[in-house]
Amino acid sequence: MKTYCLEVSGDFACFTRPEMKVERVSYDVITPSAARAVFEAVLWKPAIQWRITRIEVMKPICWINLRRNEVGAIISLRNVQTAMKDGSGDLGLYIEDERQQRAGLFLRDVAYRIYAHFEMRDAAPHKSHHPHLSKRVINDPDEQRAANAENVPAKFLNMFERRATKGQCVNQPYLGCREFAAHFRLIENPSSEPPPIAETRDLGWMLYDMDYSNPTNPNPCFFHAEMKNGVLDLSNVEVCR
Amino acid sequence: MTLKNRYDFVLLFDVKDGNPNGDPDAGNLPRVDAETGHGLVTDVSLKRKVRNFIGLVKAEQPPFEIYVKEKAVLNNQNKRAYVGIGKAELLEGDSKKRKGGDAVEEARQWMCRNFYDVRAFGAVMSTDINCGQVRGPVQLTFARSIDPIVALEHAITRMAVATEAEAEKQSGDNRTMGRKFTIPYGLYMAHGFVSSFLAGQTGFGEDDLELLWQALAQMFEHDRSAARGEMATRGLYVFRHDSELGNAPAYSLFERIRPELKEGVTAPRSFEDYQIKVSETDLPSGVTLERKA
Repeated sequence: MKTYCLEVSGDFACFTRPEMKVERVSYDVITPSAARAVFEAVLWKPAIQWRITRIEVMKPICWINLRRNEVGAIISLRNVQTAMKDGSGDLGLYIEDERQQRAGLFLRDVAYRIYAHFEMRDAAPHKSHHPHLSKRVINDPDEQRAANAENVPAKFLNMFERRATKGQCVNQPYLGCREFAAHFRLIENPSSEPPPIAETRDLGWMLYDMDYSNPTNPNPCFFHAEMKNGVLDLSNVEVCR
Repeated sequence: MTLKNRYDFVLLFDVKDGNPNGDPDAGNLPRVDAETGHGLVTDVSLKRKVRNFIGLVKAEQPPFEIYVKEKAVLNNQNKRAYVGIGKAELLEGDSKKRKGGDAVEEARQWMCRNFYDVRAFGAVMSTDINCGQVRGPVQLTFARSIDPIVALEHAITRMAVATEAEAEKQSGDNRTMGRKFTIPYGLYMAHGFVSSFLAGQTGFGEDDLELLWQALAQMFEHDRSAARGEMATRGLYVFRHDSELGNAPAYSLFERIRPELKEGVTAPRSFEDYQIKVSETDLPSGVTLERKA
């Protein structure tokens, strides 16, 4: 399977550590899960799954501290349903009542080269979990098989290449949080690009990705991240649950 | 009307003798990137102004209600009728017991239909099921000043005191001191994105988009306060892609808007001190540049 390389960069980034997410503290480098989302922003179908194989850190790891006024509540499903049923109600969230001031320790001025390839998988079970993403749900097994047969890797390879070269995307990729938009560029020939930073560091345990095999209750997976001369090699990394 | 195009936009705004966005961590000083001295305005600060503007001009009525409200804007505690927006159809399936998943989906769509900010910026709905989230099509970044800013601290006095105890302590002098921070001048630039795909999921349409442009152009005109000084939108450059996926990388378009200090100016004090260079002669095919403000 062909491996693609995207260079992503941005002014800020926050790959929030799960143990410090009230006052967000970022990991030192992009997580494989956030890197996967960058590729998915360019191309994703239920039939494919991106695998990140290598992350190269292009800029020194720098930090910035910012505190923001945030809201500490979420929309209550029950209130919405009551309002829908009664035809009246007082929805809305008053920010002064739900005020939380949260500091964040974010990365600044980041750039990564991310290598990934995708694997094919059965699209059928995935679709049923995301009804809003697909207008048409296929229930007939024959039709499903026919639909799966159309899903050949070459099709997706061409689509991805076409989109990435032109800078096309489904939504602008971002570095951890949506306010930190990422610029991306398809790297055709990584060997002609500048090398990553010359720094070797043990980054400790990092989030690898969420395991969606049980979609109602996804579980986090972790790995031991070691940056060697600016490179995180993920091709044979051991993932723990 | 659903969106058929991707949009990337550049928002230029300035502040004169005001504080565009205070930092709660630094006693409300204007936000500064400590390493470079450039001023910052957070994305949420800008979104707050968009919400306030729309709440103001649309009088908080569905389908333009604002979910995340600021009290100052809010004047209606009365119950509003939601009848008329797909209400009849929603009532029909009522007696049947729905599965959790369906109810979440229905509620999500209903919220999108009624609330402009849910439709534009997305929202999180509490639910046991892991997909009760709306991702909005409109995405804004931090705004950053073109040149380093200088924060000034001003001591101000008040000719009154708050409590009796204070008055006694001052034996009738009755004066308190306060502080406020301003920056003499700052021109800021923010980047934004509109994804037609996510717009389709929340029902964010062409009318909503026009309203967004209007809000971005006029929001500071309705956000006057003692702290802000004079703020104004100075430019809203919208790159419209012919296709949904887009026809060029966003960064290559943003690079085309370059505000620069005019020659001989070392300390900018007005918009006149800047020259906005816009290279629009050789736009990539399929991209058009529209000036909305």
